[in-house]
Amino acid sequence: MTTTEKPDTLLRILDYSSRADPYPLYAELRETPVARQADGSYVVSTYREIAELLHNPHLSSDVRNLSRPMEAVQGRTTPSFINLDPPEHDRLRRMAMRHFGPPHTPGLVTGMEDDLTAVVNGLIDGFAGKEQIDIVDDFAYPFPVTVICHLLGVPREDEPRFHLWVDAIVNSIDYNPETDPKEKLENGVQAREDLRQYLAGLLEQRHGKPGEDLLSRLANDDGPDGRMTDEEILATANLLLIAGHETTVNLITNGMLTLLRQPQMLQRLRSEPGLVVPLVEELLRYEPPVHIIPWRAAYTDITVADTVIPKGSKIMLMLASGSRDPNRFHDPDVFDPDRRDNEHLGFGSGIHLCFGGPLARLETQIALTALVQRLEEPTLVTDPPPYRPSPVLRGPIHLHIEQNKN
Amino acid sequence: MTSADNLRAFKRDGRIVIVGASLAGLRAAEALRAEGFTGSLTMIGDETCEPYDRPPLSKQVLTGWVPAGDTTLPRRRDVNAEWLLGVPASGLDLATNHVRLADGREVPFDRVLISTGVRARPWFVESEAALDGVFVLRTREHAEGLQQALAAGPSRVLVIGAGFTGSEIASICRERDIAVTVAELAPAPLVGALGAMIGDVAADLQRAHGVDLRCGVKVTRLEGDDQGRLRRAHFDDGSTVDADVAVVALGGIRNTEWLRESGLAAGPWGIACDTGCRALTLDGLITDDVFVAGDVARCPNPIYEYRLISLEHWANAVEQAEVAAHNMVSGQADRWPHLSIPAFWSIQFGVNIKSVGVPTFADEVVVTQGSVADRRFVAAYGYRGRVTAAVSFNNAKWLDHYRQLIETAAPFPPPSPTPDQPVDMKPVPVDFPGPVLLAQGATVVVTGHDPSERRVTAAQQNR
Repeated sequence: MTTTEKPDTLLRILDYSSRADPYPLYAELRETPVARQADGSYVVSTYREIAELLHNPHLSSDVRNLSRPMEAVQGRTTPSFINLDPPEHDRLRRMAMRHFGPPHTPGLVTGMEDDLTAVVNGLIDGFAGKEQIDIVDDFAYPFPVTVICHLLGVPREDEPRFHLWVDAIVNSIDYNPETDPKEKLENGVQAREDLRQYLAGLLEQRHGKPGEDLLSRLANDDGPDGRMTDEEILATANLLLIAGHETTVNLITNGMLTLLRQPQMLQRLRSEPGLVVPLVEELLRYEPPVHIIPWRAAYTDITVADTVIPKGSKIMLMLASGSRDPNRFHDPDVFDPDRRDNEHLGFGSGIHLCFGGPLARLETQIALTALVQRLEEPTLVTDPPPYRPSPVLRGPIHLHIEQNKN
Repeated sequence: MTSADNLRAFKRDGRIVIVGASLAGLRAAEALRAEGFTGSLTMIGDETCEPYDRPPLSKQVLTGWVPAGDTTLPRRRDVNAEWLLGVPASGLDLATNHVRLADGREVPFDRVLISTGVRARPWFVESEAALDGVFVLRTREHAEGLQQALAAGPSRVLVIGAGFTGSEIASICRERDIAVTVAELAPAPLVGALGAMIGDVAADLQRAHGVDLRCGVKVTRLEGDDQGRLRRAHFDDGSTVDADVAVVALGGIRNTEWLRESGLAAGPWGIACDTGCRALTLDGLITDDVFVAGDVARCPNPIYEYRLISLEHWANAVEQAEVAAHNMVSGQADRWPHLSIPAFWSIQFGVNIKSVGVPTFADEVVVTQGSVADRRFVAAYGYRGRVTAAVSFNNAKWLDHYRQLIETAAPFPPPSPTPDQPVDMKPVPVDFPGPVLLAQGATVVVTGHDPSERRVTAAQQNR
């Protein structure tokens, strides 16, 4: 059944004032699993319906299949695979995965463990002598950025340049023509172009020079699918740089925030290091870094939960709401690392399942383990902390903590 | 005492025996403990080692990547059981509730789970099966022996039977750059499980990878040299192939012979049970204390007209074991039916093949997504206008959608287009080899006239 009883629930979720705790609003949203919005789009907020749609071949990630154009994502030269359907999606993702994971590059992520630990410990060494530590600026942001730069082959010292572009791009993801200044969109478009140009410069140096980094490997690939065009490489690198930048930071910060709010859990992790594996999974369910898939397109009429979503409709998938659905998870609002059967939506599902998930997992496991081992009785300075603007990639913009000074 | 008291007492200190200590047996044991069963648990298995995983035996073990001994199944919990390994069960006495072992021991039980599985069907001429270089593949020892034979660099391997196991073995041979001939009685590989359309795709796949594929032929004789080593195979069309290794991959035989005198509905087709995994007697009456799970179980599936279906699928063994274990320690009102949609996978010639539903329960098949030419597609199977199964080649992530179509009896062919549109969306007949090949002959006879004396008895088997 489609109802539009509470058309404002979504707007309240998107509003910045609910950023610190959107979960009660998600519960309200779930009263109507598939809710038609005033603009004709659909919001899906329950676990089974989201999971069903993520495996439904009649759903498209290609913006051209939306009946109403979307300014925030249109006008790009070459889309990355996150915004493509099979067979193009499959081809590009496969070509990128050749250099990142099994079966062709099986040991890459696990082989990074020592390096990741070294980076993490270096950052924690830097806390020495500080009155207050900002878990975001001093740790959770620089760590994954260092890692993704190394992986891609992007000079770490250029970070101040592309940081601004990435910020502008992320801020434009949820651009709403009715409420947002046009500037927000234009900044995003300009930032995309600047970042593309920057990456194009790096790519040019890689042709004919085989190396270990992803850009070099993509530029010189001779796999069964041939080589990506330069435009495809740029789109892929762009995607991985942004995703590698803006997601793990939230996962690590949300993790630390959750542990600081439950000191007995922090203590437990300290004494049971093996707990970190299920704990990070529970974190992906309970406080995920990506809350929303902002849009998918109905390629044909799609029936879900007895609602017919007409062809061409925009569909918004509320992943973080699905992972708190009481019809799927027992006591969903309890953070319980001992939870079994924890098939959360933290990395999405289906063919677009998070490409970097294995790396994000390892990064967060190493980061939280080191933080709880090395911080002395850490406490939160402000709760809730201030949040980033985005309701999609949701997380604190700063997380100030203090340590026991003894 | 009420039945609730009885159940509590049974859960506390009852006696459960599990016959068959492989995947289904182990998962059932773990589930029993998870359900709170604290009584005595006995595991009986004919192999000497603890439970191991079989899918890698025809894949990672044969490539030499994973040692056969490294396939031990991970444990979900401590099962605190007594393990009677290395001796097969030889009988089941339901009058006194005892399992008999081949060495004469008798093991008493209050409830028993039968999960004795399947063994490899041997080559039909014993002296030829005994030749050096002739293998079957079902156990760890088989896999270890075959791996060593492949590592020795044979001049040619002959695979007899192009079902899933045979096709996977042929794939490994090509991966190891070993010449391989595949002989199949049917018109194409995999055709018995997936039908003619997919069979043709599989045949192209094998030939593209350099397999000498011979379909519609029967191997009539395996010829050895003076030292008793295999050297040649003869076909029914008069041709021959020189090979120093032959793998007999002609499917399995269900391990039910030991139940011949038990009065259960057990035979070459498996052991019939209800969806709650309770065994049926020969008369078709339900038993209370005998449960069945895994490859050896033959369970009705309401989706498929309540037909009794036995499945040699990994996931089925796990799910059925969990349902059986739950029901063994639950009252009538709390019992679960085993109603999952079957699913299996295979990896061969670089292609991940995955299926949901029962593809043999179909009259038509249609490609719904992707490209057959590129060997990445999904095909949906339909029976009288509804979806009953789907098979994917390198497209497994969509199968949850098709599982749902099967569960909801969605119309076939599925109507709407997808972004990854196949060239041709016309359903074709599914075309399985006739059922004549599968018939087992008479297995039972009915006697008696009065309703109180009507009985079924097993016919003498001639196999």
